[in-house]
Amino acid sequence: MTTTSLTLSRTEPEWRLPGRGRIGMSALIAAEAAIFTIFVVAYLFYIGQSLSGPTPREVLSPPYFYTFCLLSSSLTIHFASRSLRRSNLRSFGAWWLLTITLGAIFLYGTASEWHRLIYTDGLTISTNLFGTTYYSLVGLHGFHVVVGLVCLSTVMVFALFGAVKQGHAERIDVLSLYWHFVDAVWIVVFTVVYVIGR
Amino acid sequence: MSTESIAWPSTTAASPSFVDRLHEWIVTVDHKRLGILYIVYALIFLVIGGVEATVMRIQLIRPHNDFVSPEVFNRMFTMHGTTMIFFVAMPVLFGFANYLIPLMIGARDMAFPRLNAFGFWMTAFGGLLLYFSLVGANGLYGAGNAPDVGWFAYAPLTSQTFSVGHSTDFWTLALLVSGFGSISTAINIVATILCLRCPGMTLAKMPLFAWLNFVMAGLVILAVSPLTAAQIMLLLDRYLGAHFFDTQAGGSAVIWMHFFWIFGHPEVYVLVLPAFAFASEIIPVFSRKAIFGYPVMVGATVAIGFISMSVWAHHMFTVGMGANVNTFFVISTMAIAVPTGIKIFNWLATIWGGKIEFKTPMLFCIAFLFQFLIAGLTGVMMSAAPFDWQLGNSYFVVAHFHYVIVGGILFTLFAAFYYWFPKMSGKMYSEPLGKLHFWLFLIGFHLTFDFMHVPGLLGMPRRIYTYEPGRGWDTWNLIVTIGVFFQAAGILVFLGNLLWSYYRGKAAGSDPWDAWTLEWSTNSPPPAYNFAVIPTVKSRRPLWDLKHPDDPDWKYE
Repeated sequence: MTTTSLTLSRTEPEWRLPGRGRIGMSALIAAEAAIFTIFVVAYLFYIGQSLSGPTPREVLSPPYFYTFCLLSSSLTIHFASRSLRRSNLRSFGAWWLLTITLGAIFLYGTASEWHRLIYTDGLTISTNLFGTTYYSLVGLHGFHVVVGLVCLSTVMVFALFGAVKQGHAERIDVLSLYWHFVDAVWIVVFTVVYVIGR
Repeated sequence: MSTESIAWPSTTAASPSFVDRLHEWIVTVDHKRLGILYIVYALIFLVIGGVEATVMRIQLIRPHNDFVSPEVFNRMFTMHGTTMIFFVAMPVLFGFANYLIPLMIGARDMAFPRLNAFGFWMTAFGGLLLYFSLVGANGLYGAGNAPDVGWFAYAPLTSQTFSVGHSTDFWTLALLVSGFGSISTAINIVATILCLRCPGMTLAKMPLFAWLNFVMAGLVILAVSPLTAAQIMLLLDRYLGAHFFDTQAGGSAVIWMHFFWIFGHPEVYVLVLPAFAFASEIIPVFSRKAIFGYPVMVGATVAIGFISMSVWAHHMFTVGMGANVNTFFVISTMAIAVPTGIKIFNWLATIWGGKIEFKTPMLFCIAFLFQFLIAGLTGVMMSAAPFDWQLGNSYFVVAHFHYVIVGGILFTLFAAFYYWFPKMSGKMYSEPLGKLHFWLFLIGFHLTFDFMHVPGLLGMPRRIYTYEPGRGWDTWNLIVTIGVFFQAAGILVFLGNLLWSYYRGKAAGSDPWDAWTLEWSTNSPPPAYNFAVIPTVKSRRPLWDLKHPDDPDWKYE
């Protein structure tokens, strides 16, 4: 690796390419976006096609509070990575923990909504087309939140043992890119499920 | 990075035991070894898929033949299609991309070596899962064996009602698993090309091979993901009683077609872009000229990438989508012929006035040019919706897409095998055997797929296991089947050539073709670290600059 610089003469401009983490994560996000697109298209295509109830209007109400939590976690993770870049480790840990908490609250929101739908309203994935598309789209998003929380918690464990340093800011940025994506997808899911779909 | 894997078996040290070598290959994260694993894996499945095709052709050699039962015939065409696309074509192209891209862009490995190994093993286990259905798919019902729903597995044939047992589950899971492998490899290719090019290699100085594989990887990311989504939906339908494709509950069978072909058509370009990549490297070297119209080639590639994502529903003209939708897909399908035609003209212009050397790789590339042109022309014919209504699902369609996949992709793939075999093995292949392979396969290919158009025009539908005599199909089917044996003989010569040359071939040296891209500047086979010193390039043909310091390319580019 050290030999790289030997071949460069001093007059030539420095050879800079984008970091592989950021590019790799962006490509992964593109693939994920394509997967979500198909599920969103299926949701939109099947709105109002169910042959039996319950309908979205009867059982769904927009989860404003939980949405607020998830969207603000994008802001807190941004503050966390900014703190890390400034080597303010204590502040990084606090913001990071807050991000995890907000994500967990959102997940609790989804879980309680599903619990109510299944036990009170009798809506499962096999009840009708609404159930099929609702559980698969929201479930796919919830799965991504879970994966994100596992990654965030792993970083948190490392941070508690003092293993996260300023030098890791680049990697933390890559992870926060994923978290921003999970939040952005929720905006689409919210619009489709709770605004258009009702 | 890759510097951990220096434990390359060398002849000077005591030869490691078989178990040690096996262990090294299994745990390897070296892009060259993973590339070879991909290629060998695909060759094994090529033979399996080829045997399945042969079984079908023997069954159809004459009317009322009873070589196999209708059930077995259904399994054969399903397994043949699935195997050839997902477990031969994709892995072999990924194998070449894996092996060559880091060498061509002057890098020491892929961007994510461990992800690379993950991708290979996912693909490998996907293939094993598909074939495990032969023993594992009986399930509780005693029904089913290998999947028999066709390679595009239209709903509602895949529902629990019509596919009892687990054969369809094996099909779905195999594609899901290998899809994850493909997506991770594609991410790796994109990151490698964008982040690891050697100093001086701007995007405009990158070999066309890297450019075409870059667009291919982008297409994989955007096209295989919808397939993954559709497979998840199918699994939900089959296991949790969801209703995506369940028409009884208001679901739609047509939306599966859309989802499948949103993957399916870009997939064709995923396969053909690497074929173009081989041709774009091999034709200039054996014409002793630089590629004609490099910027236009790049532009045409990107254009193909974009247009290919808006043509999928030309697979569905016979469904009845309405005049406006049909018109859109007719026009977009015809439009994609334009950038493809530009490429063919550029290759011709590269050959024009060149000092052509008719070595085996060049022979395959020239055959590719002719055959791909004809494949494209029948494609333009069928892009017209009324023509497609007449010939949709006939043997004309089968002949058309085999002309693309065999006549276009497989021919350049053979060219690539012969061209890079000296680099990968360090040995030169046997030129007479290579030429014998070429002529056998050329004759077999044309016997099979030229004459296959005719029964299609005469109304023979695809996927029938037998037919009535006296419809004018008999002789054509006989000729088509005879061609298969020539192709099989060609493949045997090819495999024999690879094996013989690997053990007995002459040493090839690092640059047997007097070529111009960076992979020829390192040893054959390259050391684990690829380049002792990371090279610096100033033009698209760095080795030309090195060999001709008096007249380097960078003066003109």
